[in-house]
Amino acid sequence: MRWRRLLLWAALIVFAAVFLMPLYVMLTTSLKDMAEIRAGNLLALPQAPTFAAWQKAWQSACTGTNCGGLAPFFGNSVVMVVPAVLVSTAIGAINGYVLSKWRFRGSELVFGLLLFGVFMPMQVVLLPMSQVLGWLGIASSITGLVVVHVLAGMPSTTLFFRNYYAGLPDELIKAAMLDGAGFWRIFARIVLPLLTPIIMVALIWQFTQIWNDFLYGVVFSGLDSKPVTVALNNLANTSSAVKEYNVDMAAALIAALPTLAVYVIAGRYFLRGLTAGAVKF
Amino acid sequence: MGALSIRNVRKTYGHAEVLKGIDIEIEAGEFLILVGPSGCGKSTLLSLIAGLDAPTSGAIHIGGRDVTGVPSRDRDIAMVFQSYALYPNMNVARNIAFGLEMRGVPRAEREAAVQRVAAMLQIGHLLDRKPGQLSGGQRQRVAMGRALARNPALFLFDEPLSNLDAKLRVEMRAEIKLLHQRTRTTTVYVTHDQIEAMTLGDRIAVMKDGAIEQFGTPDDIYSRPATRFVAEFIGSPAMNLITARRTADGLAADGIALPLSEAHREGLAATDEVAYGLRPEHLGFGDDGLPGTLAVLEPTGPETYALVETALGLLTVRVAGRLGLGVGEPVKLCWNSDAVHLFHGRSGARLV
Repeated sequence: MRWRRLLLWAALIVFAAVFLMPLYVMLTTSLKDMAEIRAGNLLALPQAPTFAAWQKAWQSACTGTNCGGLAPFFGNSVVMVVPAVLVSTAIGAINGYVLSKWRFRGSELVFGLLLFGVFMPMQVVLLPMSQVLGWLGIASSITGLVVVHVLAGMPSTTLFFRNYYAGLPDELIKAAMLDGAGFWRIFARIVLPLLTPIIMVALIWQFTQIWNDFLYGVVFSGLDSKPVTVALNNLANTSSAVKEYNVDMAAALIAALPTLAVYVIAGRYFLRGLTAGAVKF
Repeated sequence: MGALSIRNVRKTYGHAEVLKGIDIEIEAGEFLILVGPSGCGKSTLLSLIAGLDAPTSGAIHIGGRDVTGVPSRDRDIAMVFQSYALYPNMNVARNIAFGLEMRGVPRAEREAAVQRVAAMLQIGHLLDRKPGQLSGGQRQRVAMGRALARNPALFLFDEPLSNLDAKLRVEMRAEIKLLHQRTRTTTVYVTHDQIEAMTLGDRIAVMKDGAIEQFGTPDDIYSRPATRFVAEFIGSPAMNLITARRTADGLAADGIALPLSEAHREGLAATDEVAYGLRPEHLGFGDDGLPGTLAVLEPTGPETYALVETALGLLTVRVAGRLGLGVGEPVKLCWNSDAVHLFHGRSGARLV
């Protein structure tokens, strides 16, 4: 028995090490200077840890012809992700409420069509979407990106919420109707307070999707509205005399930090929300 | 003026006819039971009365007012649901006051109503708790409190006791009856349990396949069941029914002549095949009568059910106390011909 347990632990540690290795290399490389990197000891700890590469990635690295670092693009991502996540989650909550508790003739069909949106490859919508954004006069702007992300995320959030609502008894809604509450009051007073777990799921999911998106970002943004993912790509591809691995690594970590932080802070809600009907009636 | 009047109400879903023309009329203060097996349409009928669904045709009047197209909240009704449907995020007091709050009743009045209802149902000590912290019986009380708070013109219950254990069910049944005697609010109560129906109802509508089989007082239903279905559904143990054929001078089954009263004889003319019904309490053991052997004994304490194997089939006999006989012993069954129920062999309608 003890040997088996030991073996199990050993296997788990090996797997964890394999998965954590790239992160380790990124982190240590970002804290080294170029001389140390050129020495070639990829796995060694930095001899004189320095945040110079981080500072450069943030403030002064060149992405294409612009040499202001990632900071402005990081800002773009924040300005894009906050409204896009909030609006797509809110719309999903209302959509799910209607599709599961206020059914109407054809609501199943509407839901079926929405599901198409979940499975449709993103590439399909690129051309028509850019056409529409042009008509609306918000092409190449952060507003345009927000609209695109809200539309692209709505099917998933609707699906999350609808499935969660399916676990809420219809009698709850009927009781509130008899008590004299209408559509919005029932939503605000009875339903909304029960949604915390699934709201967390939708927020985390949408945040990750939108923050990490590259395709929409590269297609629909203009010169000064690029999200951080696109800027990161440009930074890594901008050719200069030497390839500054430490700056590239620091930039990649900066771009990944927000999603990592969200998982660390709210990850347990994510699991809880997905595995539960945890609400007791 | 009737307190509740249901007039030729029909409901169809696609091609399925769930309610086939229901007519019911009750007076203010009466306790109406809708009873029947699952799928008989009783819950659908309750939803129509509540306004949670609309009838395909027909009209519903509450307190003399046609409410057929009126939304639930304007019908002056309150309902207790099978799952209780308490709002999980609100404490008991807010659950009870929610309906009043939605109707713009001032805070002081709401609090007074909560106190009144809490005193009536003895739930004063629970007012600050959330529904998740309550037992089944307590939730049941709170659900009733929520319905009582508004003083509705009509009280609706949808199988409110079916989620409780047997002992609590009997307690709450008595409590609902007591409550009704005190408030005298007109009530419609849906159940599939014939004991609840008999014990609570002033009037009972026995339903089957979307139609009313019989509508009457509990006494009517028990002592003069209108159809064979009602006779079998109401009463426990169920009525003994023997398939019999008409003979020159009465009825016989398997060559054995069955005793009939004069009144029965006159009503027989219409049919050949007849279901001959006897309630278990109307059968007794005697020195003379139908011979049989005791097959099973079911003592319940105050009374004993004896299943007797006879030439007419297995018959249930209900006797008070304990029976001083053992399984396998020969017995003779006798009964009074006045206690016999006769039903048409094919339609199941009562004869005489």
